[in-house]
Amino acid sequence: MSEPLALTGAPDEPSATGSVRALPSPAVAPARRRALTEALAAWALAGPAVFFLLALFFLPVIGVLVIALTDWQFGALTLAFVGLANFREVFADDGFRASLVNTIVYVLIVVPGTLVFGLLIALLIESGKSCRSFYRAIHFLPFMATLTAMAVAWEALLHPTIGLVNQTLAAIGLPTANWLRDENTALPVLAVIGIWQNLGYAMVLFLAGLKSIPQDLYDAADIDGADLWLDRFRTVTLPLLGPVSMFVVIVVALRAFESFDTVKVLTQGGPGHASEMLLYTLYRESFEYLRTGYGAAVAVVFLAIVVTLTLAQARLMDRKVHYQ
Amino acid sequence: MASVSIDSIHKNYGATSVLRGVSLSIADGEFLTLLGPSGCGKSTLLRILAGLEVQDAGSLSIGERAVDNLRPKCRDVAMVFQSYALYPHMTVASNMGLPLRMRRLSTFERLPLLGRLLPGTARIAAEIDAEVTRTAKSLGIGHLLARKPGQLSGGQRQRVAVGRAMVRHPAVFLMDEPLSNLDAKLRVQMRAEIKELHQRLGVTFVYVTHDQAEAMTLSDRVAVMLDGELLQVAPPQEIYADPDDRRVAEFIGSPKINMLDGVVRERGLIDVAGSTLAIGADALAGAHLTLGIRPEAFHLAERGGQGALTGSVRMIEHMGSDLFVHLDLAGGDHPLIARLLAERAPHVVPGQTLHVGVGPDRVLLFDHDGRRLRQEVESGRASVTPIREVAR
Repeated sequence: MSEPLALTGAPDEPSATGSVRALPSPAVAPARRRALTEALAAWALAGPAVFFLLALFFLPVIGVLVIALTDWQFGALTLAFVGLANFREVFADDGFRASLVNTIVYVLIVVPGTLVFGLLIALLIESGKSCRSFYRAIHFLPFMATLTAMAVAWEALLHPTIGLVNQTLAAIGLPTANWLRDENTALPVLAVIGIWQNLGYAMVLFLAGLKSIPQDLYDAADIDGADLWLDRFRTVTLPLLGPVSMFVVIVVALRAFESFDTVKVLTQGGPGHASEMLLYTLYRESFEYLRTGYGAAVAVVFLAIVVTLTLAQARLMDRKVHYQ
Repeated sequence: MASVSIDSIHKNYGATSVLRGVSLSIADGEFLTLLGPSGCGKSTLLRILAGLEVQDAGSLSIGERAVDNLRPKCRDVAMVFQSYALYPHMTVASNMGLPLRMRRLSTFERLPLLGRLLPGTARIAAEIDAEVTRTAKSLGIGHLLARKPGQLSGGQRQRVAVGRAMVRHPAVFLMDEPLSNLDAKLRVQMRAEIKELHQRLGVTFVYVTHDQAEAMTLSDRVAVMLDGELLQVAPPQEIYADPDDRRVAEFIGSPKINMLDGVVRERGLIDVAGSTLAIGADALAGAHLTLGIRPEAFHLAERGGQGALTGSVRMIEHMGSDLFVHLDLAGGDHPLIARLLAERAPHVVPGQTLHVGVGPDRVLLFDHDGRRLRQEVESGRASVTPIREVAR
């Protein structure tokens, strides 16, 4: 492009200039047209995705952000902008603070628990020879099943008098508890159910990760002298599962932050606020108490935490687990 | 340093027999190459030698010591893999130091944080670092110690893999196609470096490859394997010029050796492709033989008939100093490649009729089982002597 521009800057060049200047223009026009067609095609192809992303994600997020700044109540015909009042109220609320802490504790139990037990089960299945697909299937089932239905089953198991858990504990002489109604056990029990549910997912990913570790590395470790189980695990297996582990951590952490079904079905956040978690708080404020503005503020806080967490994890762990 | 002795090794995978009684002895300090097409069992033999797989029958010893029941790390061997098998999460220094750390430090001393606090660990670790640095420098990778394998080029990774093998001074180096992941130019360069390394270290090398150029240039002896058996074990020159078996002759050499069907007319004369060659074969008149003639054994002849073959030129490949002339022989549908000096055959064109002569001593005779029939040209009276045992 710079050549024709330079030439037009010197109009009194000899006749050669004319021919040189004339040359690029027919070549440029089709190039421009091609670029335009390409851009149109690109937008046409990306269009549906862009539309749905806007309609289903960005616009609702903006909507929530706007509602969080108002005192709107669900179904109300009027609303007023109240600035950051909803956020001030959210952070001053003991209930919300308990809910936030509970959520963090829950995530801190569920993520490492899922990671460790998922890896353990994957290693056990991979090292065994028989019934592999059977074990894979039964461990993956909880992930596939509807958690609400499963929660009912858990409720039956954990029933203080007729539940199998307490009956078993009593039979072998251990103390029993009212698992879902005791403020010391309600949250840990929900976390255990969370681990149970996500275990299969982590296991399947770890199994795939284990399969992708080249046999050559184990052979090299054998020859180099790292041939005991722990040495092989530390030298080859664990480091090479790094990328998979990062993925599992991010996905399970997000799922743990979003857990709602078990809280709703089993404890309704109780006793007191002992097992209340962010998404349940959000639901109750917005749809039971109809304080939509307040609920939107909780949603914004929730969104901020999730986005920050994802970005931080990806940044931090990317450097440690991808070796290229 | 150690000799290696392999005695009637058998290996089956299910119903498939991969190694069928392979015996081989390798001298101390020798560079022996296992050469064969893929699937011939050469890598399996190397892995059995390393202890990564267990033979179904037969025994192994390394330096007078039976190693059949020893784990890989106790066999005093080091291996360079085709994929290099470097640990991707470790730096070059840690990769190379791992064999030493595993041997010299206890499990407790290797613990990530606690290990460093134990008395003596720091001193041993410093020794290991010094040895790794020395080895890396001798391989020209001293400046790469802090990098990870992902940041290295193919040639550099190869050197790291060699360094990891070298660092603990093993008695035997095992190399499984170490150059096949490199581009052609680098392969030639690394080939020379491996040869130099062998001369410098003077230890026993067992090298697996399917590339005959590597086998011929590197080895003291080449063991040609096919279908789980050793066909011939001999120095490269002998493998090329004096093969025991038709399959060896056909596997070695590029372009491939010409194989022509011939019929013995009478003692000392063989009819082949419409011509007659004066070759001593102590076979009955009418016996069918196969004549193996290397492309470079041909020379231009004035006329066909006695001692020369005649054919029409189908194609010519110019190789600089040489021409590869593809001929369709007159008396049949035998294709033939002759390698002629370019300056001696300047006017050859496709379609032309060409006569190529061959000296009787350059013709290799094989019976219909593919076994070599040796001719005694110098005795004046041609006769066939039984070949040596296949694969001593």
